[in-house]
Amino acid sequence: MIALALTCIVLLLCLAVAGAFAALSPSGRHIVYGGALAISAASLLVALFSLGAAPSVVTLPLGLPWTGAHFRLDPLAAFFLVVVGLGSAGSSLYALGHGRYEHEPQRVLPFYPVFLAGLNLVVVADDAFSFLFAWELMSLASWALVMSHHRETGNAHAGYVYIIMASFSGLALLLCFGLLAGPTGGYSFDAMRAAHPTPGIAALALVLALIGAGSKAGIVPLHAWLPLAHPAAPSHVSALMSGVMTKVAVYGFVRIAFDLLGPPAWWSGTMVLAVGGVTAVLGVLYALMEHDLKRLLAYHTVENIGIIFIGLGLALAFGANQLPVAAALGLTAALFHVFNHSVFKSLLFFGTGAVLTATGERDMDHLGGLIHRMPKTAFAFLVGCVAISALPPLNGFVSEWLTFQAILLHPDLPQWGLKLAIPADGALLALSAALAAACFVKAFGVTFLGRPRTRAAADAREVDSFSLAAMFGFAALCLLAGILPGAVIDLLAPVTQMLTGASMPTQLDVAWLSIVPVESARSSYNGLLVFLFIALSASLAALVVRRFAAHGQRRAPAWDCGFPDPRPETQYTGASFAQPIRRVFGAVVFRTRETVTMPPPGDIAPARIEKHISDPIWDTLYAPVAGAVWHLSLLLNHLQFLTIRRYLGFVFAALVILLLVLALWQ
Amino acid sequence: MIQGLFVQGAQMALVLLLAPLLTGLVRKVKARLQRRRGPSPIQPYLDLKRLLGKEVVLAENASWLFRVAPYVIFAVTWVAAALVPTFATGLLFSWSGDLIAITALLGSARFVQALAAMDIGTSFGGIGASREVMIASLAEPAMLMIVLSVALVAGSTQLSTVADYMAFSAVGLRVSLALGLVAFIIVALAENARIPVDNPATHLELTMVHEAMVLEYSGRHLALIELAASLKLLLYVSVIACLFFPFGLAGGYALGLATWLVKLAVACVLLGVFEMSIAKMRVFRVPNFLGAALMLSLLGVLLLFVSGGM
Repeated sequence: MIALALTCIVLLLCLAVAGAFAALSPSGRHIVYGGALAISAASLLVALFSLGAAPSVVTLPLGLPWTGAHFRLDPLAAFFLVVVGLGSAGSSLYALGHGRYEHEPQRVLPFYPVFLAGLNLVVVADDAFSFLFAWELMSLASWALVMSHHRETGNAHAGYVYIIMASFSGLALLLCFGLLAGPTGGYSFDAMRAAHPTPGIAALALVLALIGAGSKAGIVPLHAWLPLAHPAAPSHVSALMSGVMTKVAVYGFVRIAFDLLGPPAWWSGTMVLAVGGVTAVLGVLYALMEHDLKRLLAYHTVENIGIIFIGLGLALAFGANQLPVAAALGLTAALFHVFNHSVFKSLLFFGTGAVLTATGERDMDHLGGLIHRMPKTAFAFLVGCVAISALPPLNGFVSEWLTFQAILLHPDLPQWGLKLAIPADGALLALSAALAAACFVKAFGVTFLGRPRTRAAADAREVDSFSLAAMFGFAALCLLAGILPGAVIDLLAPVTQMLTGASMPTQLDVAWLSIVPVESARSSYNGLLVFLFIALSASLAALVVRRFAAHGQRRAPAWDCGFPDPRPETQYTGASFAQPIRRVFGAVVFRTRETVTMPPPGDIAPARIEKHISDPIWDTLYAPVAGAVWHLSLLLNHLQFLTIRRYLGFVFAALVILLLVLALWQ
Repeated sequence: MIQGLFVQGAQMALVLLLAPLLTGLVRKVKARLQRRRGPSPIQPYLDLKRLLGKEVVLAENASWLFRVAPYVIFAVTWVAAALVPTFATGLLFSWSGDLIAITALLGSARFVQALAAMDIGTSFGGIGASREVMIASLAEPAMLMIVLSVALVAGSTQLSTVADYMAFSAVGLRVSLALGLVAFIIVALAENARIPVDNPATHLELTMVHEAMVLEYSGRHLALIELAASLKLLLYVSVIACLFFPFGLAGGYALGLATWLVKLAVACVLLGVFEMSIAKMRVFRVPNFLGAALMLSLLGVLLLFVSGGM
C-alpha cells in the first residue's frame, strides 16, 4: 500500500515538471489539473483501502545516509491521506474550470502538483528528516502559490509574513524532533517511539510540537499569517491551504503528541484545551469583524482549528487519566471535525472563488443579490454555511455534538486544572458555535441576498460546470456525513484504536443508523431521522397549505414599513450587520471605538461615523517583536561598513572566546 | 410499536393544536391585567385562518429562499417540539435527537429566519437579523450551558431520560439546577422575543427584533411563521416543565396530559404577569441581561465539575 501511495507522490512530482512546460500552452491546465485529479483520486482510494489494514512500511536509500528515508502507512496516516486526497481531488476538479481565469498560469501550474506532493509526503513520512523535508516542501510550494499574484497590493507582504512564520514553525519542529531523537540521534519514528524521554524532555517536546504544528495550523496567537496568506493565493489553492494544509499540521501534532511521545501528562491536556478554547472564540470574533470574504473564511479556519484542538485536548486529558474510551471519543470528535472542516471549508472557498471570477470582488460590501444571478453557486455556498455553523442535519453539528458528549463524560477528573478547563471549554465551544452562525448569516446574507450594491454584482454570471460540480460534490458530502455520521465514526475506529487503545462502539450496527457515543440511555443522535422528519414535516406543511390556503401571489415593491428606499446603499452592510456584536464583544477584545461627528445645525457637511478596531495580538506580540528585530538589525548595520582589519579582529576575538568557553566548560 | 407511533403522532398533533392557544392565553392575561377585555384566547387561530385565506404579496426581488424559508422554519421548529416530552416520556422517536440537538434545531430555524430577513434588502430586515444574531450569540451558549448542567446532574443529554431522572430520583434542591432555572427563564424570554428583550405586541418601533425580520411576509407564509413562533413558546414552556417541574409525567397518559395542561396555564399567567410588571430594555442593555444568564449557567456547570469526584 505504501508503495502505491509513494507512486502517487512521484507521479505528482513528474506532473510538476510537465506543468512547467504545459504552462506555455493555453490548454496546459487540462493536463496538470486533470492529472492531479486522477492521481488524487487514486491516492484517495489507496488511503481508503488501507484505513483498516495493518501498517505497511518501506525504507528507501534517500535522505540521511545512516538513517535512510522511512515511509509508513498506518491508520492515522491513512485517515489524513483520505482528507488530503479528497481535498486535492476536489480542488483539482474545481481548478479545471476555475484555472481558465488565471492570468499567469506559469506561476501556478508547476507549483500546484509540488504542493500536493508535499501534503501527501508529510503524512506518510516515518522519520524526522523526511517529515521535515516534506513539511518544508509543502511550505515552500504553497509560498510560491501565495506569491503567484505578487503584484496585487498586500500579497507581497502576505508572502513575507508567511515565509517567516513557516520557517519559525519548521524551526520549532526541528528542535522538537531533536529532543525526541535524543543524544544518540535516532531519527526514525520507530526509534522515537521506543525511546522513553524523561518528563522534562517530553514536556518541552510537546510544547515545541504545539508551537511548530500549531503555527502552521493557525492556533492563536500564531495565526497571524493565515488570514494574509490564504486569501492571497488563487481560490483553489486557498481551499487547499485552509481545508487541507492546516489539517496536515494537525496531523503533525497528533503524530507527535499521541504516537511518538507515549502516555500524556494531564497538564498537556489543560494546555491544549486552553489553546483550543481561546483559538476557537478569538478566531470567530476576528471573522465577524471582517468584510473580505476570503479573509473571513481564513479566520474561520482559525476557529475550527480551535475546535479540533479542544477535542484533542480532551483526548489527552482523558488519556492521562487512564480513560481510554473517553479519550477515543474526544479523538473521534477531533478527527471527525478535521474531515468535516476540510470538506466545508473547501466548498466555501470554491464558492468565494466563483464569486470572485463572476464579479472581480472579494469585499462583501460591494456585492449583494447574487442569489438571483448565481443561483447554483448560492445554493452550494448556503449548504457550506449551514454546515460550518454547526446546524443539524449537516455534518458540522455532528462533530461538535461529539465534542460536547466528550466534555460531559467525566466531570470527576481529579486534577483541578482539568476540572476548570473542561467546562470553560464547553462554554467557549458553545459561544464560538453561536458566533459562527452569526458570522455566516452575515457572509451569506450580505453577499448573496438583498440587492446588488455595485454594477459588478448586478452583472454577475453563473460560473462553469467544473466549478459547480466540485461545489455540489462537496455539498453532497456535507449532507452525507451529517445524516450518516456512523459510517465516518466507524472508519475512524482503527485510528483511535491505534492512538488511545480503545475505540467507540461500532455505530453502523445501531438500530436506525443512530450514533451512540457511550450508551443509548446517555445520548444518541440520528441525523438521518432528523433530516427525514424535517423533510416530511416541510412537505406536509406545503401540502396542507397548497390544499387549504389561498393560492394568490402577487409581486409588489418591498413594504419596509411604508418607507422603502430604492437605493442599495440603504441595506445593511457587513460592517453594520456586525455592529451589535462588535459592541458586545469587540469593546473588550479589539478595543473598538466608534466616533460620531455630527455637524452643527445649519452646516451642510456630512455626518461621519468612524470605527477603530485594533488587533490585540498583532499589537502586543508581533509589533514589539518586529520592532525589536528592526532595532537590532539597525545596530548590526554598523558591522557592514568596517575595515578588513576590524573584521579580522572580530574573527580573532570570536576564536579566543570560543576557546575560553571550551576551557571553562571542562 | 403501533401504540408508540400513535403516542408520538398524538404528541405532534397536540403541540401543533395547542400552540396558538398558548399565545392567545398570554395575550388575554396581559389584557385583563391592563383592565382591557382583550381578544378571545382563540383569536390566534382566527388570525391563522385569515392569513391562510389571503394572497401572498412578495417583494419584487424576493428569491426562492424567501419563499422556502417559512416552510423550513415551521418544519424545524415542529420537529424540535416533537422531540420534547410533553405529557409522557419515552416517546417513540425521542432518541433521534437530544437536548443539544433540540437547541441546535432551534438555531437552524433562527439561521433561516435571519437569512430570509436579509433577502429583500431592506434596512428593517437587516436591523432585525443583526440584532437577532447578537441576542442568539449570548442566548444559545447560555442554553447549551444549562443543557450541560442538567446533563451532568442526570448523566444524560437525552430529554426523556433526564425527565425520568428528575421525576423519580431524589434530586433534592441543587444550587446548579436553581441557577439553571433562572438562566433558562431569561433565555426563554429572549428566544421567544418577549418583554424585556423584545416586544411581541408592537410594530413600527426601532427596537423591534422578531417583528422586523418578518416584516415583509404576508399571507400563508406569515401564517406559518406565526405558528412556528407559537410552537417555539410552547416548546420552551414544555422543556422547563419537564426538566424542572416533572410532576405527573410518570403517572400514565391521562395524568400526564392533565398536569401538562395545568403547567401550560400556570406558565401563561406567570408570563403575562411578568411581562406586565417590567419595562422593555434598550437593545444594548440586553447583552447585560443575557450575559447574566450565561454567567449563571456557566457557574452551575462549574459547580458541578468542581463538586464532581468529591
